[in-house]
Amino acid sequence: MANQMREAAIVGIHEYPLRVAPGRSAMQIKVESIKAALDDAGLKWSDIDAVYDTNDGEGGGGLGMAPYLGLKPTVIDTTQVGGSSYEFQTAHALRDIAAGKANVAVLTYGSTAASSRRAIGTGGATGQGLPNWQGNMEDPYGMITVGNYALVAHRHMHEYGTTTEDLAEISVATRLHATRNPEAVKAMTDLQFMGTGEITIQDVLESRMISDPLHLLECCMQSDGGGAVIIASRDVARGTKKKPAWIIGTGEAIKYRENGGDITTSAAAQGGPIAFAEAQVTPAEIDIAMIYDSFTITVATILEDLGFCKKGEYRDLAKGGRFRFDTALKPTLNTDGGGLSSNHPGMRGIFLLFESVRQLRGESTSQVAGAKLAIAHGNGGALGGTHAGGSVILAAD
Amino acid sequence: MPDRPQPRFPEPNTQKYWEAVKEGRLTYQQCADCNTVVFTPRILCTGCGSSNLAWKDSSGEGKVYTYTVVRQNRNPSFAPLGAYVLAWIDLDEGFRMLSNVVGVNDPTTDVKCDMRVKVEFEKQDSGEYPIPVFRPV
Repeated sequence: MANQMREAAIVGIHEYPLRVAPGRSAMQIKVESIKAALDDAGLKWSDIDAVYDTNDGEGGGGLGMAPYLGLKPTVIDTTQVGGSSYEFQTAHALRDIAAGKANVAVLTYGSTAASSRRAIGTGGATGQGLPNWQGNMEDPYGMITVGNYALVAHRHMHEYGTTTEDLAEISVATRLHATRNPEAVKAMTDLQFMGTGEITIQDVLESRMISDPLHLLECCMQSDGGGAVIIASRDVARGTKKKPAWIIGTGEAIKYRENGGDITTSAAAQGGPIAFAEAQVTPAEIDIAMIYDSFTITVATILEDLGFCKKGEYRDLAKGGRFRFDTALKPTLNTDGGGLSSNHPGMRGIFLLFESVRQLRGESTSQVAGAKLAIAHGNGGALGGTHAGGSVILAAD
Repeated sequence: MPDRPQPRFPEPNTQKYWEAVKEGRLTYQQCADCNTVVFTPRILCTGCGSSNLAWKDSSGEGKVYTYTVVRQNRNPSFAPLGAYVLAWIDLDEGFRMLSNVVGVNDPTTDVKCDMRVKVEFEKQDSGEYPIPVFRPV
C-alpha cells in the first residue's frame, strides 16, 4: 500500500433528484447539478479549470459546455463511450490533474430520455442516417438493445448452467436497496412501475419476457436525470467540505464481436486487472461494487470479468443474498437501487460514481458500515457487440 | 412475404457482399497474406493489417453460437415476423454473422445454442436484395 496513489479525489457530487423532469433541458439539468456539486465540495464556480462532457446532444461536449458555463478551462475532454464515459473521463481527469494540467475538474450529465421518449431498450433504429458498413450487415435482422444483451445471457446459460433464478438475485437485491432510497421510490412511482416494493425471484420469473431469456424485471428503467462530479487535486481535496474519495486505480478497454470470440466475456476482463494492479488491492477487498445494471446479465458478466469470481462461476457467487447491504458477505451491489430500480437516463456511468462516494462518506440510504473500498464499473455501447468498459477504484480518506 | 430493412448504397465495404447475395451466394473475405478470415467486409485484414483480401464463397453451413427471441420491436418492418429468432451464426469457414433463424414451429423452444443450420436467401416483398437467413438442418 505504500505507493498507493493519492493524486486526485472525487470531492463533490450531485445526483439530479428527478427521474421525470418535464420542461427542463439536458443542459439545465447539467448546470443545476454542477452548482450543487460545487456546493457539496465547498468550491467556487471560478475554481473549475477542466471540463469533461460526452456531447450527448443539446449543445454539450467540451466545446458546448464551457461557453454556456462562461468558463475558459485549460483542459477540455469530450470522450464519448456511451454509459462508461464517466469512468473513462474520471481516468482522464486523474491523469490530467496528476500531470499538472488542471486542479478542479467537472464531469457532467443531463438527459431527458423519459420525457422525450427516446428509445433505449426496444427501439430498433434502422434505415436512418448515411449508409454504413455496420448498418448494412445488421439492419435487416432486427437487432434491439435488449436483444443484444439477451444474446450474451443465452450463451452464458449454455456454457455455465447459469439460470434466470441466478440472474434474478441481482434484481431482488437492487430493488431492496431502491425501496430504501426515497429518490428511487419516487422514480418508480413517477415512471408508473407496477409496484415499488421489494420483489422476489419468483416475481422476476413471472414478469413479462422481453427478449428471451431476459424478463421485464431484469431490464433497466428509462428515466430523465443527470448530475455532476467534481474531481480535485490532492492539495485542493485536503481543503474541501467533505471527506475526499481517492481515485486509486482506473482501467479502460473496449471489446467487439470477433470471429470465434467469447461473447460471455466483456471489456472488464481487460481493463479491470489494470485498475486493480494500479490500486494495489484485490477484488476480495472491495466493499461496494457499483456495476452498470442495464440488464441483469451485464452485472453477472462484469462481476466475473473483474475477478469477484472465476468466469462461469457467477451462479455460486450470487448465492446467499451476498449482494444485499445487510449481509456480511462482500461485495455489496448497487446500493442506490441501480438502473433497474432508481435511475437510467441512457448513460448510467456517472451514478455509479455518486453512490460509490456516498458509501465511502457514510451517506448511502443502504449504508455498509465501515465501507473503505468501492469499484465503479461502467459499460457503454452494447454488451453483446461493440462496447467500452471503464473501471474506477475509489478509497475512503 | 417479409419486408425487412434493405442494405443501402453507396456503401463501398459491403456492396460486393450484397451483389453476391443477389446471386444466391454467401461470401466472406480471407487474407491472402496471413489467412485470417475477415467478416464483416472491409478493406483491411484484422489479423495483420494487409489490404490483400480475397473474396470466398461460403458453404452456408454452420451452427448457432447464441440466440434470442425478440418479442417486441418498435420498427414496423418486423411486425409481420411476430416473435423472431435473432442469432449469431458461426459459419464452418470460421466467420460469425448476425442473422435470423427461421422455419421452426415455436421460436421460444425450438432453437438451441450449437444447433446446426444452413443459409437460405429470403425474398423480400418490396426490396431488391434477398436477406440471408438460417434454417435448422
